[in-house]
Amino acid sequence: MHRRGVGAGAIAKKKLAEAKYKERGTVLAEDQIAQMSKQLETFKTHLEEFASKHKQEIRKNSQFRVQFQEMCATIGVDPLASGKGFWSEMLGVGDFYYELGVQIIEVCLALKHRNGGLITLDELHHRVLKGRGKFAQDVSQDDLVRAIKKLKAMGNGFGMIPVGGSYLVQSVPAELNMDHTVVLQLAEKKGYVTVSEIRDSLKWERERACHVLDHLLKEGLAWLDSQAEGEPQYWLPALFSELLSRDITPEEANQMTP
Amino acid sequence: MDRFVWANGLLEMNETLVIQVTICPLFPGHVLFLDLKKSPKIAKIVIHLHPAPENKEPGPYQHSKYSFIKLSFKEHGQIEFYRRLTEEMTQKRWENTPVLQPIPTGIGPKAGRTRAVGIVGIERKLEEKRKETDKNISEAFEDLSKLMEKAKEMVEVSKSIANKIKDKQGDITEDETIRFKSYLLSMGIANPVTRETHGSGTQYHIQLAKQLGDMLQAPLEERGGMMALTEVYCLVNRARGMELLSPEDLVNACKMFESLKLPLRLRVFDSGVMVVQLQSHSEEEMIASALDNVSDKGSLTAEEFAKLLGLSVLLAKERLLLAEKMGHLCRDDSVEGLRFYPNLF
Repeated sequence: MHRRGVGAGAIAKKKLAEAKYKERGTVLAEDQIAQMSKQLETFKTHLEEFASKHKQEIRKNSQFRVQFQEMCATIGVDPLASGKGFWSEMLGVGDFYYELGVQIIEVCLALKHRNGGLITLDELHHRVLKGRGKFAQDVSQDDLVRAIKKLKAMGNGFGMIPVGGSYLVQSVPAELNMDHTVVLQLAEKKGYVTVSEIRDSLKWERERACHVLDHLLKEGLAWLDSQAEGEPQYWLPALFSELLSRDITPEEANQMTP
Repeated sequence: MDRFVWANGLLEMNETLVIQVTICPLFPGHVLFLDLKKSPKIAKIVIHLHPAPENKEPGPYQHSKYSFIKLSFKEHGQIEFYRRLTEEMTQKRWENTPVLQPIPTGIGPKAGRTRAVGIVGIERKLEEKRKETDKNISEAFEDLSKLMEKAKEMVEVSKSIANKIKDKQGDITEDETIRFKSYLLSMGIANPVTRETHGSGTQYHIQLAKQLGDMLQAPLEERGGMMALTEVYCLVNRARGMELLSPEDLVNACKMFESLKLPLRLRVFDSGVMVVQLQSHSEEEMIASALDNVSDKGSLTAEEFAKLLGLSVLLAKERLLLAEKMGHLCRDDSVEGLRFYPNLF
């Protein structure tokens, strides 16, 4: 392994460079790194002080969390990047969001057989709160969104699709392009959509509409009700889950598509 | 908290929530332990208590011959509990809370906690609490702004260093690079240095990778040699209970498996799905088994294959796709689903 900076020649060269830079009053990177170490210790002390006074606020107050996150983003700091970071260790922000991540994954996994891996942010929020029990801290939708953004690092297709003023949370790597998204948005009002509705609202050719709907069926995101009055209806379980009063088993789910 | 009192779960006026841990309900007639198992693995904290004052409210026992209580931690939580307990004891926050003005009803303040009575009393309590909360919040925001100013300075310094490294103003050693990276990690600043040294992570990630190497062997064996990264994330964090890993921590640690010569690999499928797999479960084996199973049944969907092997549907699908990519299977893609057949072409 090649080691830089050793040997008489290297020392001499370094001394020359140092001299040159000191002449101009510039500090070398390595000196700055040593300096940074000290500054870091100082910052750590400030953070500890802050934590001893306000750690509660972060855990109890979702508004404060939002403020905190936004300020960090403004200065270019990600308090959730690592569990080993100061923010996480001293303020406990890390554990709050990482645990939320676990809960989100578990809820999505449990419902995947029914909704194909697509769930409204509202329903996700509702179920996560239920799972946390009455002694857990309250969690806001902003908290969920931030936790989901972090989950993206692990692949697996976590994403958010803007629909009807809120979001659909996707937890499977199904490819959804603009066409699919637009149809989902159209279906949001009633929980289902028909080919005619797509053609009327979006002015698409029949083939394009069918292509998109077939894809949603294949991915398990839509169910076909071919016995509906008029023309077949394509239902999105992610959107009408609240209406279903009971859980549907995977076998039942399979029977509903032709 | 300066005393152990049997109370209901609601907060009194002067109490703030430190941390809430779900404690098993105590039934009359049982002793005050959470767990009676005599296992050397169960951590216990013993809290010695002063005798109760005269005006103490009644609890589950009239008196006890013991002057201490033991808290057993069956799974985990003892470190955090102990830390918070000692924190509270040293901070003595109970001495900082404002003393309520007693209502002039002529009775005078009682020993112990002063309780205001009547509707007026309740309203006054709420008002005090509101004021206190408001004061706390505005103070918190002020302190937050000041803290962020200091954090901003750190970001500037790190940018300056990164620029110097890029412009090669004075070479830095590998040790210094590693130190710099760990400082960035502590602050949560993205690594602005574009050039990669060997391995993408810090000392922390190296340690983590080794821990994961040990911890994941058995679970991976149980699951056919492969687990989705999200599964690993849940498994590891549920086991830890606290000081959890961030998603990025996990990814960065897994990226180091190969360079550390650990028997696991991080793998990214075409679909973007990330998995951890055992080195010992080779690619050929997986494809061969997929082909065997499909040939055996004539054809299989991802769901059927998943059921057969006890895998998740996601991973079953990836294996079938892989076998297809290698030319051993071909697909029938219809509205009824994706079905795989042996490739006879």
